[in-house]
Amino acid sequence: MKRIVIHEEHCIGCRLCEVHCLVQHSRSRDIIKAFRTERDTVLPRVHVEESGPISFALQCRQCVEPVCIEACISGAMHRDEITGAVVCDEAKCVGCWMCIMVCPAGSIQQNMTGGGASGRHIASKCDLCYGAEVPACVANCPNEALTYEEVPEAAPQE
Amino acid sequence: MENTRSVQTPALDQTPRIVIVGNSATAVGAVEALRKVDQSAEVTVISAEPHMIYSRPMLSHYLAGEIERPRLAYRGADFYARHNVRPVLDDAVVRIDPQAHSVTTASGQTFGWDKLLIATGGSPIIPPLPGLDVEGVYAFTRLDDALAILEYARKREARHAVVIGGGMIGIKATDALLKRGLRISMVELAPAILARSLDEVASRMMSNLLVDAGVEVLLENTVTEVRSSEGRLTGVVLRDGRQIACDLLVFGIGVRPNAGLAREAGLKVNQGIVVDHAMRTSHEGIYAAGDVAEAYDLVVDMNRIVAIWPNAYRQGATAGAHMVGVERVDPGGVAMNTVEVCGVPAISVGNGNAPEEGHQVLAECDERAHRYKRMVLRDGRLVGVILVGDINRAGVYTGLIRNRIDVSGCEDALLNERISLLSLPDQYRKHVVTGAGIEV
Repeated sequence: MKRIVIHEEHCIGCRLCEVHCLVQHSRSRDIIKAFRTERDTVLPRVHVEESGPISFALQCRQCVEPVCIEACISGAMHRDEITGAVVCDEAKCVGCWMCIMVCPAGSIQQNMTGGGASGRHIASKCDLCYGAEVPACVANCPNEALTYEEVPEAAPQE
Repeated sequence: MENTRSVQTPALDQTPRIVIVGNSATAVGAVEALRKVDQSAEVTVISAEPHMIYSRPMLSHYLAGEIERPRLAYRGADFYARHNVRPVLDDAVVRIDPQAHSVTTASGQTFGWDKLLIATGGSPIIPPLPGLDVEGVYAFTRLDDALAILEYARKREARHAVVIGGGMIGIKATDALLKRGLRISMVELAPAILARSLDEVASRMMSNLLVDAGVEVLLENTVTEVRSSEGRLTGVVLRDGRQIACDLLVFGIGVRPNAGLAREAGLKVNQGIVVDHAMRTSHEGIYAAGDVAEAYDLVVDMNRIVAIWPNAYRQGATAGAHMVGVERVDPGGVAMNTVEVCGVPAISVGNGNAPEEGHQVLAECDERAHRYKRMVLRDGRLVGVILVGDINRAGVYTGLIRNRIDVSGCEDALLNERISLLSLPDQYRKHVVTGAGIEV
């Protein structure tokens, strides 16, 4: 399956990936509305890691054997049968944070108002934009610091 | 698949028969892993409980009224059919015969196996108190317990519950019943709640939250007698002589492994069934995994029971893969858990509550904001962490613990509000970021 590949050396920390991720996962999918009226209920699922001049955008690494699925008590975290992506079924999630406890990349976040007005707590993570041809963060990166590629599974680690 | 390699499976004359005793996370982990590589094995799952696969850790959310019963389903109703598994429910296995390669159930059915997975989990610890056999007294580990508590509480309009146990189960029961509007008295034998996973500071913070919410937290105390009238609970007597009137008593002390069948079958059992890195027991062809298994814990570097959901699933997956000839080795578990009290989450991983002696401890606390961090290092490696309040980066620490990363020189970064992967050793960062093949 295709994965988002990070090119640290091209990242300038502009955070456009975060902006477009948020818009993509907003109800309106409109950049102004998303930031003006939905800012509290939707989170970007990619985060720019920064230290001095070095930065890179990090989202779910789509592990081959995802520890978040293993740890999920509700069955919400699962591998989508069509896209192959590790995704969270937000209708099932109860916000127990087991996935957050185990994700080594730290790429799952608490969304405390994930249910909108009902304020349900849910785990928020990258879904590769629901099988989109190119995820929003990749499509909107001005520097190709993120690319979307077929990456062979890593060789067994001894 | 990483961490796996195929081994020669001896040619069998017939389809291999796999029997799994138990129907929770371990069984699901096993079935999903074995069906990834094998479609032919004849798989039977036998459970004493009548229910479809449900999530035990979700029971507190159900008890609290946060979710409806259908959301307890851990996998879809078509799970067995889709994975070509024969479920045998509501029929407890009462005997394992390792010589005849069979198990016998309470109803008298016998199932032969070529590979057997014992995933019988644990049973609630109920101390032998006088007067227990009355209406209003419950354990809290199974769906039937939760259903019974809810029905009873509704029918009798329960107002005041005594919860015995200030560990994970007791706290979850307490938090749930609080949300149902009950008054709670929580009785814990130890001098602190959640003492197995939290240190003094974190424990006090969680305890204060409970007290602020109106819970009576009684430490270094226990129930010695149960009072009733006309077969119904009316109160309890504590060790110090105090009496508490209550109409609901919940045991949330903990569970002990259901290892009796294995012991009777002659398998090596300490606290739990002793297993190796592939979840193999002392008997050829028999595996054990989950809360009943004494498996390798990579932080304490020894075998022990760590009765948590992720371990159960992963160990099940290891056993499942192995049973169909994939030599998968389990890297070992780490004790960890999340708990939430009155909306404030706490996470403990590894030896987060280890004493300062012999360790390097980094801590930062803002009790008023309900925020606390405690990192425990040994020989330059992180071996434990406790987080209260802000838990969004917990997994980064867990990764460092599981991968035994030398973080010498990065100590300052560990306490950063949002620990950046960029402040961790380069090679480890690349390992995490490259993604494919991450195994932690």
